[in-house]
Amino acid sequence: MLLLTGASLLLVLIMGIGLYMKSAPIFEDHSLWELLSASEWKPFKNRFGFFPFVMGTVWVTGIALVLALPLSLLVAVFLTEYSRAWVKRWFYPALDILAALPSVIYGVWGSLLIVPWISERLAPHFVEFSSGYTVLAGGIVLSVMILPLLVSLFVEIFSTVPQELRDASQALGATRWQTAKKVVIRRSLPGIFAAVVLAVSRALGETIAVLMVCGNLPQVPHSIFDACYPIPALIANNYGEMLSLPLYEAALMFAAMILFVVVLLFNLLSRIILYRLKKS
Amino acid sequence: MLSRIFKQIGFSVIKPDTDDLLHADARLEVRHFDLWIGDQPILKDISLQIPEHKITCIIGPSGCGKSTLLKSFNRLIDSVDGVRMRGSITLGGQDILRSNGANLIDLRRRIGLVPQRPCPLPMSIYGNIAYGCRIHGIRGRRKLDAVVRHYLTEVGLWDEVKERLREPAGGLSIGQQQRLCLARSLAVEPEFILADEATSALDPQSSKIVEDLFVKLKEHYSIIMVTHTLRQALRIADYVVFIYMGEVIETGDAGQVFHHPQHELTRNYLSGVFS
Repeated sequence: MLLLTGASLLLVLIMGIGLYMKSAPIFEDHSLWELLSASEWKPFKNRFGFFPFVMGTVWVTGIALVLALPLSLLVAVFLTEYSRAWVKRWFYPALDILAALPSVIYGVWGSLLIVPWISERLAPHFVEFSSGYTVLAGGIVLSVMILPLLVSLFVEIFSTVPQELRDASQALGATRWQTAKKVVIRRSLPGIFAAVVLAVSRALGETIAVLMVCGNLPQVPHSIFDACYPIPALIANNYGEMLSLPLYEAALMFAAMILFVVVLLFNLLSRIILYRLKKS
Repeated sequence: MLSRIFKQIGFSVIKPDTDDLLHADARLEVRHFDLWIGDQPILKDISLQIPEHKITCIIGPSGCGKSTLLKSFNRLIDSVDGVRMRGSITLGGQDILRSNGANLIDLRRRIGLVPQRPCPLPMSIYGNIAYGCRIHGIRGRRKLDAVVRHYLTEVGLWDEVKERLREPAGGLSIGQQQRLCLARSLAVEPEFILADEATSALDPQSSKIVEDLFVKLKEHYSIIMVTHTLRQALRIADYVVFIYMGEVIETGDAGQVFHHPQHELTRNYLSGVFS
């Protein structure tokens, strides 16, 4: 058992080292800073600027979080502070089903509903033309994907707040909403932060759904109605093709390494926070 | 009752126009009160009148419904799933069981709670005391400072914590935390204080301090205490309610119930036949 556990840990390490080795050739021609800050993506001319992809990922994840965080907090507050037992009994399995849906289904849903909605209804109010395959579409689809995860984490965190604290607050004349806001959420702040970090790392790595709705143009998006090209989509779209080009594989491996390192750091951070939380 | 400090600094949590009305009659009365959780009857046909400015101790074996009765007084029992109630509990003519919204909030403000285990809110010592005032709309540093100082002094905590008011309340000792909880309830000017085995988690010395505080506070407040410790009830109770299996068996002045119990169940309980 110990061996198996150790082996699975080792696997992560091996993957990290593997990615580094595979992406190493690109560092012979380009510096790390140059790769991350350049905007031009022309593999045929040996120009590999990752900035558009990094920005695409940041935008899409950011929008997803902005949309999903307040909503999931409210849902979790409703479920833990207001709802009766039978509501919870129905809601929790529904959340689990939502969380377990394959992401391609979210992608299809996004391209069938969200993309036309943005292009026909929403975007005309703000810009002249938008195909609908945009940063916003990616953000909305991703937010729906991380919502169940956030809600179930928040519900779990809020349930650890002792009932006595709620009683103490309500006994002073606080309403349930005041109690939720000033006691439950306040006490859960480190946990909320950790949950957000987990959800962000999930959003960062999401591939299929964003690939289907983001437009996949290697440009730095200037508004939420521009197309973008998140890193996971870049890898999934191009790996296996055009590998005859010099350094192309290394460039994609470097993209994978960026994701790997960021997600690893995020996860570590959230673990550390959760560990401290439990200890205190 | 309006405490001196509020008069001195010229404000009150209570709206001035309703002030006299609310305080004209502040009796807590229970009439034919039944309570079920699911299909299980927990309290049966309880009728009581809680005397003012006295310490009323509710005694009885574990699971007899003492805490449930206490939680019915300020309707914290609402958070239990499947609870049903019948009968009436009135505070100064206002029916607690049929109160909602703003009425319920006002009732809860008038009935303070000291919990079984000290539970400081996740904020500073200062924040804990000011919490109740803030949710009732009192703002202003000077006013809140005065309230915090007054009530911390009232529970004998001011000198111990005045240097670290901004530190998290969780850092206090258990005994100090319980006194903080008491001060927190007092800061919204209740008329009644409910204490659910408020000293059971404390060491003997802290327990003694809290007990003495209750005795001192009864001059201004009516205190209802649930206690497991007969000796404690004997020490501080003025009035005693003995509950067994959800029913009130005997009530009366402490001296009478403890020394000349009328009912056989009371006698057995007091002599330790069951606990």
